[in-house]
Amino acid sequence: MTLAVAEPTLDGAVGCGEPVILRERGQREVFCGLTSIIWLHRKIQDAFFLVVGSRTCAHLLQSAAGVMIFAEPRFATAIMEERDLAGLADANEGLERIVDALLARRPDIKLLFLVGSCPSEVIKMDLGQAAQRLSRRFLPDVRVLHYSGSGIETTFTQGEDACLAALVPEMATSPDAERALLVVGALAEVVEDQFRRIFATMGVGPVHFLPPRHAAELPALGAGTRYILAQPFLADTARALSDRGARRIAAPFPLGAEGTTLWLRAVAQEWNVTPHVFHEATAFGEQRARRAVSHRRERLSGLRVGFFPDSQLEIPLARFLSRELGMVPTEIGTPYLHREHMAPELALLPPGVLISEGQHVDKQLDRFRAERPDLTVCGLGLANPLEAEGLATKWSIELVFSPIQGYEQAGDLAELFVRPLARRARLEV
Amino acid sequence: MQLAVWTYEGPPHVGAMRIATAMEGLHYVLHAPQGDTYADLLFTMIERRAKRPPVTYTTFQARDLGGDTAELLKTAVHDAFERFRPQAILVGASCTAELIQDDPGGLARTLGLPVPVVPIDLPSYQRKENWGAAETLYRLVRTFAGPAIGTPRVAAARPRCNILGPTALGFRHRDDLVEIRALLERIGVDVHVVAPQGATPADLARLGEADFNVVLYPEIADQAAAWLERVFGQKRTRIVPIGVGATRDFIAEVGALAGIDTTALLAQATSRLSWYSRSVDSNYLTGKRVFVFGDATHAIAAARVASKELAFEVVGIGTYSREQAREVRDAASVYGLEALISDDYLAVEAAIAAAQPELVLGTQMERHIAKKLGIPCAVISAPVHVQDFPARHSPQMGFEGANVLFDTWVHPLMMGLEEHLLHMFRDDFEFHDDAGASHLGASAAAPVMETKPETLSWAPDAEKELRKIPFFVRGKARRNTESFAAGAGLTTITVETLYDAKAHFSR
Repeated sequence: MTLAVAEPTLDGAVGCGEPVILRERGQREVFCGLTSIIWLHRKIQDAFFLVVGSRTCAHLLQSAAGVMIFAEPRFATAIMEERDLAGLADANEGLERIVDALLARRPDIKLLFLVGSCPSEVIKMDLGQAAQRLSRRFLPDVRVLHYSGSGIETTFTQGEDACLAALVPEMATSPDAERALLVVGALAEVVEDQFRRIFATMGVGPVHFLPPRHAAELPALGAGTRYILAQPFLADTARALSDRGARRIAAPFPLGAEGTTLWLRAVAQEWNVTPHVFHEATAFGEQRARRAVSHRRERLSGLRVGFFPDSQLEIPLARFLSRELGMVPTEIGTPYLHREHMAPELALLPPGVLISEGQHVDKQLDRFRAERPDLTVCGLGLANPLEAEGLATKWSIELVFSPIQGYEQAGDLAELFVRPLARRARLEV
Repeated sequence: MQLAVWTYEGPPHVGAMRIATAMEGLHYVLHAPQGDTYADLLFTMIERRAKRPPVTYTTFQARDLGGDTAELLKTAVHDAFERFRPQAILVGASCTAELIQDDPGGLARTLGLPVPVVPIDLPSYQRKENWGAAETLYRLVRTFAGPAIGTPRVAAARPRCNILGPTALGFRHRDDLVEIRALLERIGVDVHVVAPQGATPADLARLGEADFNVVLYPEIADQAAAWLERVFGQKRTRIVPIGVGATRDFIAEVGALAGIDTTALLAQATSRLSWYSRSVDSNYLTGKRVFVFGDATHAIAAARVASKELAFEVVGIGTYSREQAREVRDAASVYGLEALISDDYLAVEAAIAAAQPELVLGTQMERHIAKKLGIPCAVISAPVHVQDFPARHSPQMGFEGANVLFDTWVHPLMMGLEEHLLHMFRDDFEFHDDAGASHLGASAAAPVMETKPETLSWAPDAEKELRKIPFFVRGKARRNTESFAAGAGLTTITVETLYDAKAHFSR
C-alpha cells in the first residue's frame, strides 16, 4: 500500500552549527486554534467570541477552560445541527437568530468575532459574508468580524494569529508618517504596563498594543509604524501588518533577562536611543531578572529538557533554558517553524540541536522514552501518562496562560520549570 | 443551530472513547482533524488515568481535503494495528470527518487486518455523548457476543450475571462497581463479565454464558442489554440501586432473577442513612425545598432519595438526557411536577431561580448556578469534574452509596441548631441577612430573582416584617403572600395580609 504520510525529512547538515530539523507528519497531540479564545476573551474585554461549529468545539472550549472560568464567559458555540448541514440558508438564518439573542443579552459587547471551525470550513459556510451582513445591522454599536480557528488550518496559538490578522484591516490609516511602535501579541496587562514604562524611559513612543484591551482602542497604522512581535506565533498578522506598510523590527522574543534585553534593544536601535539612555532604562531590570533567574540555576543547570510541540513558544523557551539556566535541550518540538521570525532565536541555540517540526506523536514518544530527558514539556493529554512512566513533566499550557515575558517575570518563568522537579524531590510517597 | 455556553454532554465520539478507554485490548481509530485530541485530557487529567486513551487520530488538515484523507485513514489504522496489536479495532469519524464521508469502516476493512474491525457510525449533528457510548457498546456486544458459544451452564454452579454499564469517565462508576460486586456476592450471585470496564473483546464473547444482566447505567447499557435479552433470553435488572429503598428493591429483583430467596438478607441489610435520617437531629431537614437535575438515572434516583429517605420536598426535577425524557417525566409526575427536559444551561438556571430551592442536587453546572444564587449544592451526576474522582471510596450505589448521599447532601446545608440560632437572632449585627456567608469576609450572596404581579404592592411595614423571615424561606413566603393577596383581590399587602397568608398556607 502507499503511505500517504511522508517519511520524516532531515534538514541541516549534521556537524555544523545549524540546528537539525526533523519534519514529521502523523497524529498531532495539540489543541486547535479555537483554544486561544480562552485568553483572547480575557484580553479584549468587550469582545465576544462565537464559534460556529459542532458540539465537539463547545466541548473542547469547556474542557480546556471549564475548570478555570466560573462566570458566564464571553465565548459560546453556535452548534450546527443536521438541518444546518442540509441547507446553508438555514444555517445563516440560525446564526442571525443566535447573534440577535446573544447581543440582546450582552449589551456590553462591542466586538463580536464569528469564529470558523473545522465543520464550518468543510461545509464552506461564508462567515465573512455573515459578519458583513451582521455588521451592517449592528454598527455602530457592535462590530462583527470573523476568522478561522479550525483545527484543519490552525494549531493552538495560531488561533490568536488568525484573530489579530482579522483586526488588521479594521485599523485606521494614520495620515502622518510619524514613528510609532506597535507591540503585537497578547500579553498580560502587568507585562504590558512594565514594557510601557521602559519604553517611556527610553523615549520610545507612541506605543500601542495589539490586541487592545477594548475594541475602541484599536490603534491606527501609518507609514511610520514599526511593529515588534511579542509572541512567536504571529505569521499571518505580521504579513497583514507589513502589507499595510508597517515595518517589522526583528528580535528574539522577550523571555528571560537576555531575551528581554535583546527585544528592547531592537526597538531602541530603531528609535536611535543612545546606549546610555538604554542602559538607564534597562540595566536595573535586567540585573534584577538575572538575580531572580540565577536562584534557580543551581537546580536546573546541566539537566536535559525536551519539548513536545504545543504553542510555538518552544524555541524561545529552549533558548532561555539553555542560555540562562544551563539546561541542555534534547529535542525541541514545534508545531510550525517560521524560519524568518525565528532566525534571531535559532542563532542563539546550542549548535546541532534537534528541532522537530510537525508531529507524529507515537514516534516522538518513542524518542522521549529512549532519551528520558530530566524534564519533558508537554500538553495535558501526555503529562500524566509520562509521569506514570517516570518522566518528570511540565505542562506546557501554563506557559501560555501565565505572564512570563519581561524582566520581572523571568524568575517566575524559571520557577515554572523548577516546580515539578522540586515537588518530586520533596515527595516521599 | 443551537447556542451553547456550556454543554452537559460531549459529542458522540467521546462516548465511544469512554467505552474504548474502559476496555482492554481494543483500539479506536478516529478519523478526525487536529484539535480533537483534546478529548485525551478528559481521561488523563479529569480522571487522572495513567495511560493515554487507546485512540489514534488521523489528524487530517485542510490541504488533505479532497485529496488523501482516505489514505491517511488507512495508514493510521495500519500503523495503529502494528504498534498496539489490539484484539480488535474500532473505526469511526468525528464531526468533521463525518462531513467528508470517507467511509472509515469500509476503508479499514480493505486492509485485511487479522483482527476484527468494528465500524461505528455516530451522527455527530444529531446525537451526543451518552448515545455514542450506548451505540458503541451495543455494536461491540453485537459483534463479539455472537450466539452462545461458551461453556454451558452447570446446574450446580451459583447463578451468574454480567454487570453492564461502567465506563471510563463515568460519575463514580469505579466505586459503584466495587459496591455492586460486593452486594451480588452477598446475595449469592457470581459476576461473570463486567463490560465495558476492564473487558476485552474476548470477554464480550462470553456475555451469553451468564444467566442475567445487571444494568447499572441504562443510558449506556440499555441498548446492549435489550439485544442480549432478545438473542440469549437473558433477563435484566431495571432498578438502579441508588438509595436505601432502591438498593433493597434491587436486591429483591436480583433475587428473583437468580432464583435466590433474599428475605434473610433484606431483613439484616441496613444503611446508616436510615438511622441518621430518623435521628432527631435530622428533623430540620423536613420539607427542605430541593431542585434535582442531572442525567436521567441519577436525577430520578436522587428525587426518590430526597423525597422518601430524607423527607425533602422536591420542587423541581429535570434532565439533559432527552433520550430518557419519558422516564423523567413519569418520575416528575410522582411529585406533582413538570419535568424540565433541557440541555440549555441558561434555561436550567432560570428554572432554579424560579423554584427558589434550599438545596440543589445537580451537575457541576448546577454547582456554578447554585453558587451564583447563594444556594447550597451537592453534585449527583455527570458531566464530571476532577472533584468527581475523589481519592477515597465514594460510591453512589448500594448501602454505602446511600451513606455517601446522606453526607454529601446534608453537609452543605445549615445544621439544625445553627438554623435556629439564625432565626432567633436574625437582626444580630453579625448575622443579619445582608452579611455574607461568613463574618470572616466572604461577600454576600446574589439575591434570588423575585417577581410579583404588577398590581400588587407591599406596605412598608409588611415589607419590613417580611425581611424578618430567614432569607432561605423568604422567597417562598413572599410568593405565597402575593398569590394569597392576588387571590383575595387585594392590591396592598399589609402585615395582616402576611400573617393571613401564613395561616392560610399552614393549614
